[in-house]
Amino acid sequence: MTTQGIVRSRMHGSDVMRTAVVGLRTRLMRATLSALGIMIGIASLVAVLGLSESSKSDLISQLDRLGTNLVVVQAGTGIGLGTGELPETAAVMVERIGPVDDVSAVGDVDANVYRTDIVPSSRSGGISVKVVDQNLLGALGGELASGRFLDDASSEYPTTVLGAVAAERLGFTEAGGKVYLGGQWFAVIGILEPLELSSNLDRAALVGIGAAETYLDDDGVASALYVRTDPDWVDPVMGVLPATVNPENPDQVEVSRPTDALEARSAAESAFTALFLGLGGVALLVGGVGIANVMVISVLERRGEIGLRRALGATRRHVALQFLLEALLLALVGGVGGVAMGAGVTYGYAAIRGWAVLIPPIALIGGVAAAVIIGAVAGLYPAVRAARLSPTEALHTT
Amino acid sequence: MINGGPSRGQVVLSMEGVTKEFPGTPPVRALRGIDLEVQRGELVGVVGPSGSGKSTLLHIMGTLDLPTSGRVTVAGYDVAELSDKDLSAVRARHIGFVFQQFHLLDGYTSMDNVGDGLLYTGLPIGARRELAVATLRRVGLGHRIDHPAGKLSGGERQRVAVARAILGRPDIVLADEPTGNLDSKSSDAIVELLEELNSDGITLLVITHNREMAERFSRQVSIRDGLIESDSLAMGVGA
Repeated sequence: MTTQGIVRSRMHGSDVMRTAVVGLRTRLMRATLSALGIMIGIASLVAVLGLSESSKSDLISQLDRLGTNLVVVQAGTGIGLGTGELPETAAVMVERIGPVDDVSAVGDVDANVYRTDIVPSSRSGGISVKVVDQNLLGALGGELASGRFLDDASSEYPTTVLGAVAAERLGFTEAGGKVYLGGQWFAVIGILEPLELSSNLDRAALVGIGAAETYLDDDGVASALYVRTDPDWVDPVMGVLPATVNPENPDQVEVSRPTDALEARSAAESAFTALFLGLGGVALLVGGVGIANVMVISVLERRGEIGLRRALGATRRHVALQFLLEALLLALVGGVGGVAMGAGVTYGYAAIRGWAVLIPPIALIGGVAAAVIIGAVAGLYPAVRAARLSPTEALHTT
Repeated sequence: MINGGPSRGQVVLSMEGVTKEFPGTPPVRALRGIDLEVQRGELVGVVGPSGSGKSTLLHIMGTLDLPTSGRVTVAGYDVAELSDKDLSAVRARHIGFVFQQFHLLDGYTSMDNVGDGLLYTGLPIGARRELAVATLRRVGLGHRIDHPAGKLSGGERQRVAVARAILGRPDIVLADEPTGNLDSKSSDAIVELLEELNSDGITLLVITHNREMAERFSRQVSIRDGLIESDSLAMGVGA
């Protein structure tokens, strides 16, 4: 109320919204296109966050399953690093380290594997032969796809367990049958599932120690040890392993943790995530500029309407509110659409990769919120411009 | 209040020594001292050639613009004492406008265009639509209620605009060349409609360059070079 008792202009709440919606609906094509800009920006942000989270959660569950307490000890190879063999006592010495739960020694045998004895010797298929003990499966956390693993008895006889890749290359889908290994027929008693932490064993035919000595003339020297430790003691164990394995030349021993490679891969992916988030942010910004542009054009085109509304009693605030709300609605539609689109992309990609879908709620809420903030910023200048237009000036344009 | 203005015979619009100058080199003196009173129930034709200052006069009467000097009172409110917000409020409740270019929102139906006449009074849409339907019937567009405004003929569009202007029975309706964009047949119909509405008690001030049309109204004010040349009311009183 004023000194002269005037009842102020006011709009019914539902009319504020109706006016903005109609403003957009009458320019549907342009509204859709400008909302699309925001939509793409938000969708890329949500998808990048969703995909990186899903892949990270997949990695974490993979690490949980595999355990981060597997340590691999290898003889150093290369100039000045020795022969590629570990001392004979290595496995026994490592077993004496307190927090070590399981040790499995693996040696190399100079032999090739063929499906039959008439396959030319040059077509070895890249399959190596490894001498392993019965602890291997336990130490690696590996599983059998078919058949059984080497035991006391089968280790002494010409039997072999094939790694997943080796089985595929040799044409085995299940245990049973024979392969021609190092000039002898070996019975295939088992096939392994892929070993995620030691894929070199996937491409190998595994034989027992006794059988290697008897049939393949092996010297029984290990080239690698797979060590499973108490999870709380991984680092101290890794620290003492070189000196334990080879007290004379600890520097000729390489100690590594296979899960470190997975973690490194994840770190590399995180770096890309940041890059893609940046790109998504740029897309969002461009979308915001698009909305501002459309709104500025709209104000220019609708001078007549602005003049009419002022003549009908709209205050400057009513006019500003209408244009601001139009920009906000555009951005909101873009934001909601973008979140849906980004979630869809995440679901689709995760389904293809077999990941559990994990979209952080902050990406969903934040996506819509970011869109609305962009809309508010983009709509502010055009709205103020519309409000500042004098009614007579606005009415004079046709 | 929508119907709380002055009663019949009271002054709804008064201008005393109103001038309007637009800055520039040299400044344009659009109005050079206008004195005019419009009483409730009048039908006034303001006639003048283009450039005579009629549009400026209408803008100042309608509180869309402020005079450089002089005093303007609309519906009992002294315009000079009102803020921009208050002027909007006066327009929302006390003044109706009809424009040469109709200024309809093509995406809206006739009903909602008319309903917008009271949009800024806070009246809910249901009540506005009800009033709009009755008013559309009053101006002879009962068959065009749900028609999109963009698909109406020129004459029909101007009827919708007139209906919007009278929706809240404002104290005064200001029409700026209401027949300027219409053919002669539609023009006649609109003028007849304005006369009818006036006989219903609506106060109307019509600005036109068409002397013939103005002569149909009960009072004619002739304006030239920003000054009132003649006023039939004054002449009538004088005779």
